[in-house]
Amino acid sequence: MLNRSLVSITDFSKADYLKVLDISQKFEKDSYRDLLKGKVIATLFFEPSTRTRLSFESAINRLGGRTIGFSDSGTSSVTKGETLNDTIRVVSNYCGLIVMRHTLEGSARYASEISNVPIINAGDGANQHPTQTLLDLYSIQKTQKTLDNLKVFMVGDLKYGRTVHSLLMALSEFNTSFYFISPDELKIPDEYKMLLKNKGLAYSESRDLNDTIGEADIIYMTRVQKERFSDPIEYERTKNAYVLKNEMLRITKENMKILHPLPRVNEISTDVDANPKAYYFQQTENGVYVRQAIISLILGLKL
Amino acid sequence: MTKDKILEVSAIKDGTVIDHIPAESLFQVISILKLENFNGMITFGTNLESKKLGKKAIIKVSDVFFKDKDINRIALIAPEAKLNIIKNYSVVEKKLVEVPDEITGIVKCVNPQCITNHERVTTRFRVIEKKNVKLRCHYCERMTYKENLEIL
Repeated sequence: MLNRSLVSITDFSKADYLKVLDISQKFEKDSYRDLLKGKVIATLFFEPSTRTRLSFESAINRLGGRTIGFSDSGTSSVTKGETLNDTIRVVSNYCGLIVMRHTLEGSARYASEISNVPIINAGDGANQHPTQTLLDLYSIQKTQKTLDNLKVFMVGDLKYGRTVHSLLMALSEFNTSFYFISPDELKIPDEYKMLLKNKGLAYSESRDLNDTIGEADIIYMTRVQKERFSDPIEYERTKNAYVLKNEMLRITKENMKILHPLPRVNEISTDVDANPKAYYFQQTENGVYVRQAIISLILGLKL
Repeated sequence: MTKDKILEVSAIKDGTVIDHIPAESLFQVISILKLENFNGMITFGTNLESKKLGKKAIIKVSDVFFKDKDINRIALIAPEAKLNIIKNYSVVEKKLVEVPDEITGIVKCVNPQCITNHERVTTRFRVIEKKNVKLRCHYCERMTYKENLEIL
């Protein structure tokens, strides 16, 4: 991983994932270490994102590093018409690593080809968000004590949800059984089902969460967005079918945990928050350790 | 060559004949092979009768012998194209085109949100399926299919 960019979850191998998770555990034990002292990291958020940016900045600050950058393209030279190409060429002379988020898909891959320092993709449109996937893996491993042979439910928008697609690809290395729960309009795309078939992994599709919820080790919730529906009546009809309520959790397994990439709108009702099976807020804490691990592996920091 | 068969595009001494190009793709083939900037002799014919294609086009380029990797760039739009390599008025070699594993700079990415449609980035695709043409963008990772294939 040394000096390599992290653009897509497929840039890393299974061995790399496990290495990241292993180092993340060390940061969880002791998060404040001066390993980045005197180093500068750029956080270029062409598209605003509160959680992801603060999580990265917290990770960098805990390592004793400094950040430069912007939190929305309105305060950058993009407003003067500067191209991404020029911005990256310039900023890569100012820092040792670039963390970037951009609305355009493929922007991070492109940046990694012109930058002379590594790029960490913090989200490129609907395409990839690999650090989210790694923190999802870490949260699953931490709560289940393993990544192997789990039953993972993915619920909500499985068609456009990039976090779902990347997590599916990463988990497909660990003999996961998948349960896809979504409205017809937002079903998991065929290419991902093909991928699972080719790897010989079990999956099932359903419109109803109640049927099988008792089998889940992990429920991964996502937001069902109104704008994804071609028919607004269809949206009104289905939106409440994909809301997780506390009473539904009674028949779930003891070890079961609920994850969500956040932001949540109404797909998990607030009465779930107090249930010990709700894990989505701890999940964000894990994100800081995982980002510390990724940064230290790319920059070759000695722990 | 039998005497009663008339050549619709005159023969060349040395060079390459590209036959069985779909008539509607002729000018795209010329552009992909960058023949518009070529100084040597080129003759071509189009809307010629073809049992296979209905209407076909043919290009004869004197004194040029294409590299496989260059000529294979036309395979997406002229998959049936046949190459005859000519030396001293005789065909010395016949070749078929083949869709390459990777395609750079010919096809437009179908995704309007792809960086290649916003900045001056050379497009690049991995060929997932050759026969039905299924291309995965190296940048945005989305698929471009035969139905929405657009040549730059």
